Amino acid sequence: MSRLGRYFIFLGSLFRNREKFRVYLGLVVDECMAIGVGSIFIVALVSSFIGAVTCVQTAYNLDNPFVPQSIIALIVRDSTILELAPTITAIVLAGKVGSNIASQLGTMRITEQIDALEVMGINSSSYLVLPKVIASLLMFPLLVIMAAFLSILGGYLAGTLAGVISPNDYAAGLRLEYKPFGVTFSLIKTVVFAFLISTISAFQGFNVTGGALEVGSASTSAVTNSCIAVVAADFILTQLLLTE
Amino acid sequence: MIDIKNISKTFGDRMVLQGISGEFKPGDTSLIIGTSGTGKSVLLKCMIGLVKPDAGEVLYDGRNFLTGNDEDIKNIRREMGVLFQGSALFDSKSVRDNVRFPLDMLTGMSSSEKDDRVQVCLQRVGLEEAADLMPSEISGGMKKRVGIARAIVMNPKYLFCDEPNSGLDPLTSIKIDQLIREITDEFKITTVVITHDMNSMMEIGEKIMFLSQGKKLWEGNSDSLTHSDVKELNEFVYANKLLRKE
Repeated sequence: MSRLGRYFIFLGSLFRNREKFRVYLGLVVDECMAIGVGSIFIVALVSSFIGAVTCVQTAYNLDNPFVPQSIIALIVRDSTILELAPTITAIVLAGKVGSNIASQLGTMRITEQIDALEVMGINSSSYLVLPKVIASLLMFPLLVIMAAFLSILGGYLAGTLAGVISPNDYAAGLRLEYKPFGVTFSLIKTVVFAFLISTISAFQGFNVTGGALEVGSASTSAVTNSCIAVVAADFILTQLLLTE
Repeated sequence: MIDIKNISKTFGDRMVLQGISGEFKPGDTSLIIGTSGTGKSVLLKCMIGLVKPDAGEVLYDGRNFLTGNDEDIKNIRREMGVLFQGSALFDSKSVRDNVRFPLDMLTGMSSSEKDDRVQVCLQRVGLEEAADLMPSEISGGMKKRVGIARAIVMNPKYLFCDEPNSGLDPLTSIKIDQLIREITDEFKITTVVITHDMNSMMEIGEKIMFLSQGKKLWEGNSDSLTHSDVKELNEFVYANKLLRKE
């Protein structure tokens, strides 16, 4: 509980004694490049294969002749938009971005770079962490949109190449009983995941004491705690937003 | 002048500092010495605001650094320069940008004024040629000199150096000591150096404070350092074979 309390105090410190807006602007752009552009390849790769596997596995499970083939595409679409794109992308980013944030801040802590900022009278948590949080909030939704698109495309390519669904059925299935709120729900989840991953990882890295071993532990804790927070938030948001 | 009064600090059930008091005067290079784990770095951190002492006062020219209002504390911080033990240079910034950083963050100087000031500081530490290198591309001694350049770029009134010679060869150590001494004299800075380097003590120790197990056991200068009757200090000083009386 005390750790949770310290996490909330840490969150509060991000918004106290902030620097001028122009200071953050350059930092946010740099972080967007690192977090967003730097993650495109891995997110694209994972989401394409997830879509492909979802399509083929769904086809394998729906071999009843009374079920139209277009249902396969509907399941790929809905599972991608509602769950796979935001949650799998968040877990991939918890591994890539979360560990990077924790190890970067942890190393800055043990090499006294954070102390150097504090001595200058700069709010180190706000200066170092806030740009990462803002960049995550901006870039995660873009990555999830890309992931959803590529996942559905991956499903199409895998399904048609494997001969489990025709292109026309896939296209028809994508348009079947489409609910636009699914996309809104997915983006709401993504923003929450982005906040959780960036702040939990930053908290772990920022509070490292010791040496290289502790930086490694903080990085591991950042990933595991972020993943736990993501799946817990996923369940809570689904309960809140999708149940009647 | 920096005035510390009855500084005490406990971590858990371990008392690291026990009622340390002392004065550090402008233009003096004051040394805080002692064996490892004796509380030197914690005392320095209490003085620069990185650790909050359990009791005591830290006064900068009469201004209380621990209980002052935010504006006073901010002003005092801007008058401080700190050279950290590991130099604490920002890995992602070049030497020039490291030195320029405090100017960017804390002043409203124009870009050309900042460039001029950075140039002056880098020249002062003899590193104008290395301005565009990254911290990973320079040696330990150069990092210390960049750290000094960054510490003096804001024209500080108070300069703190945490083990400026650690990890350096004797020749480079002497150069760093000389640089600290020259800068202190030149700008009439109040300089506090944490060290356990005997060369530093003999070379730049105008005033020396000896700590042992969190207590101040002795205070004097480099001339009286080898003539004290404090057992712990003598053990510390004469641990060096070159000074040992056989």
